[in-house]
Amino acid sequence: MKSRSSTLQVKVNRGSQADQYFQTFDVPADDNQTVLDVVSWIQQHADPTLSYRFSCRVGMCGSCAMMVNGEPRWTCRTHVKKVVKADRLTIEPLRNLPVIKDLAADMDPFFDKWVAAGGRHHPSSTRADPIAKVDPTDKARVTADASIECINCAVCYAACDTVAGNPDYLGPAALQRVWTLYNDAKDADKFSLLDQVSGMGGCHSCHSMGSCTHYCPNELDPMSAIAGLKRATARSFFKRGD
Amino acid sequence: MLNLKLYMLQRISALVMLPLVLGHIAVMIYAAQGGLSAAEILGRTQGSLFWFLFYGTFVIAVSIHAAIGLRVILYEWMGIKDFKLEILSWGICLALFLLGARAVLAVTWS
Repeated sequence: MKSRSSTLQVKVNRGSQADQYFQTFDVPADDNQTVLDVVSWIQQHADPTLSYRFSCRVGMCGSCAMMVNGEPRWTCRTHVKKVVKADRLTIEPLRNLPVIKDLAADMDPFFDKWVAAGGRHHPSSTRADPIAKVDPTDKARVTADASIECINCAVCYAACDTVAGNPDYLGPAALQRVWTLYNDAKDADKFSLLDQVSGMGGCHSCHSMGSCTHYCPNELDPMSAIAGLKRATARSFFKRGD
Repeated sequence: MLNLKLYMLQRISALVMLPLVLGHIAVMIYAAQGGLSAAEILGRTQGSLFWFLFYGTFVIAVSIHAAIGLRVILYEWMGIKDFKLEILSWGICLALFLLGARAVLAVTWS
């Protein structure tokens, strides 16, 4: 193994949306150290005013995502060794979102679009009906299952260049959620799902660049989900004639 | 930047263009054998309803396809939106159509 020096030079984004600047900290390097460990060390030992967000520390909650050397990552599941370049790290809040302070991005636009995409279950039966039988090997169910592990961390949203160029674009996570529901046998209103993603910011704005799929820490494939929505909407276009 | 209608228009116009592009290239290769002359080309195209429809359809498809593509670039790269974007997109569509239609008429009308 290459020998490493005992100190990391860590450039950290400070300030709020209107006034952002970088501050550099020297952080002791460990053999086993995640980027979140580095951020926490700074907050605990160098500057307690550093703002950032985390919760579970094991890649389940999706709250610690940040830009590390320009790439969106879960900081809790990113070992420093994997991303450090010449003992230097640059840590910034998630791209494509307003900055609240330091490393904490404002997630509102991300969740607002989640709602706007209409990824809401439309019941096909009432609670009085027997529980629907779903065949786990059914093709549509397998497609739906492929996307259900999304934990809304917004890594895909930060990675997406279409979001960067088009503020109205709903983004990969919200669209993938709609694709999951579209393939759910229990959802009763497929057409309204397709309508919600057929507007100006919908799935047709996607350029299939694939950053969402490349960076998803859960190894999901939002790009293919969005491609699925494009196919489904195109088919419905001919069926419904509008 | 595209809704379903614009998306479908762009895809359908691409489908229309596909055989026309291949036909255009094939005729170019065929026509260039043994040298090119304006008289030879005009001899083939002037007064021909087939070539009028062939290139007329081509021009309509190109005007639609290119205007929608440029509309996305104008919005995403240059931040042009709303009314300005509509005017520019329609302007591009109309300009391409007029330029193309003029050329088609010039070589097919006798």
